[in-house]
Amino acid sequence: MSAEAQFETAVPSKKAKVFAFPAPSSNRRVDFSKLAAGAARSVIPPLVVVLLLLLIWQIACSTPGSSLPPPSVVWEQAGELIWNPFFDYGNGDIGLAWRVFASLQRVAVGFGLAALVGVAVGAFIGQSVWAMRGLDPIFQILRTVPPLAWLPLSLAAFRDSHPSAIFVIFITAVWPVIINTAVGVRNIPNDYRNVAAILRLNPIEFFFKVMVPAAAPYIFTGLRIGIGLSWLAIVAAEMLTGGVGIGFFIWDAWNSSRLPDIIVALVYIGVVGFMLDRLVAGFGAFITRGTAAN
Amino acid sequence: MAGYLKIDHVDKSFERNGVTSEVLKDISLEIEQGEVISIIGHSGCGKSTLLNLIAGLTEVTSGAIFLEDKTVSEPGPERAVVFQNHSLLPWLTVYENVNLAVSKVFGAKKSKPERHAWIMHNLDLVQMGHARDKRPAEISGGMKQRVGIARALAMEPKILLLDEPFGALDALTRAHLQDAVMEIHQRLNNTMIMITHDVDEAVLLSDRIVMMTNGPAARIGEVLEVPLGRPRRRLELAGDRTYLKCREAVLKFLYERHRFVEAA
Repeated sequence: MSAEAQFETAVPSKKAKVFAFPAPSSNRRVDFSKLAAGAARSVIPPLVVVLLLLLIWQIACSTPGSSLPPPSVVWEQAGELIWNPFFDYGNGDIGLAWRVFASLQRVAVGFGLAALVGVAVGAFIGQSVWAMRGLDPIFQILRTVPPLAWLPLSLAAFRDSHPSAIFVIFITAVWPVIINTAVGVRNIPNDYRNVAAILRLNPIEFFFKVMVPAAAPYIFTGLRIGIGLSWLAIVAAEMLTGGVGIGFFIWDAWNSSRLPDIIVALVYIGVVGFMLDRLVAGFGAFITRGTAAN
Repeated sequence: MAGYLKIDHVDKSFERNGVTSEVLKDISLEIEQGEVISIIGHSGCGKSTLLNLIAGLTEVTSGAIFLEDKTVSEPGPERAVVFQNHSLLPWLTVYENVNLAVSKVFGAKKSKPERHAWIMHNLDLVQMGHARDKRPAEISGGMKQRVGIARALAMEPKILLLDEPFGALDALTRAHLQDAVMEIHQRLNNTMIMITHDVDEAVLLSDRIVMMTNGPAARIGEVLEVPLGRPRRRLELAGDRTYLKCREAVLKFLYERHRFVEAA
């Protein structure tokens, strides 16, 4: 190559040095100390707080004549409820897990109906300007009615406590599902609608292939609020309607002055409510994976 | 002889809060089969509105549009659109996005293996067969646009409408995709209408360039023939006299006779 040619075309003058990266070590041992540290970070702080709160509670309620039992008394008198949730001594004397299960069955039916109806009605409102104008003000008023206010009416209508309790759950959970679905559907990008129009998707295809996936993050927000509200409503409704269930258990314990039982039941309700919330959130995250990131 | 696509004295005006604003005024244009047409103009001149009218996504106020002597009244797969921002459905993979179009358009006509082959054929046409199982979020902007083109081509449209298809891409990626579009046109000889605001893109790709005057009530100002043979290669054309003359004509139209005053 002549010197002239070198001026005309740019030629890399030097070769870059090549460094070899060390090969990744083949023994893939799990780093237990790291795992343990991670677990410690998320477990120890709440544990410390719980122990502290128990201690304060113990001190506060240990005075003679205290109106509420301290933790030690709860453990003594309601211990079996804590460590054996699955006992069944017959005659309606059953463990808390069974009672929670009975309540969960009602929630499953009521919330399931609310999810189906809520998504369908929400999609309708989100699609149609006139449906929104007509229905939205009514929904905005109805959704502020407290769950238990529906109970007398539904008892009168169904003449039975079981469907009434389910109806109360339904009517409590359905509003956030409707409203969130409608917002989600209204926010579907116009481009997706154009794509559907060019492909001539019919309304049913559009609903399943575009509307539901596009609005899924909104729908699951609504469902998550809905499941929380249903769990709130079921406990209150069961206190009034009776039968088997965690809500009635609390009412029954109050009537027979078993305060430690009530405290244990409260913890159960809290834990189950938390798990329901996580369940719906996790399910939503699984379904909508890839949708949020665009 | 009537054109393949005929736009016949089309007006378009929008009405909002009782105020009527004219966007397009008296647009007439005939396009032959296999032609590549660019529509160029300053922003806000109603280029995209014109494309939406041809696509059937918006209705004409007066006048009519005919494709093979049939009036265009609603959107349909024979007038497929490549959107500026790709408009892929983010919850579907690349393959599923094209499949949505193919199973809708050819669901009754082709068997399942035939449809699969057709999807892969179109993905390979835009060199995206390797990314069939990726979701739109996992591929680059240029790749998304390729898939958007594949989806539109997979509908086997009579006319392919491209709405500023490369506007959101960087210059190098844009050049690659322009080459890809030219190659596809070479193979399929399909009819294309492309909206653009890039003078080079318009001259390089099209047989005729439709230049729009500024809005409101934009009209077709001039139609410029680009008498360059095909296949065209961007490097050879960079110094070509015909190419430069066409380029100059478009630039003069846009910046001398129809300067966009508001942009100054």
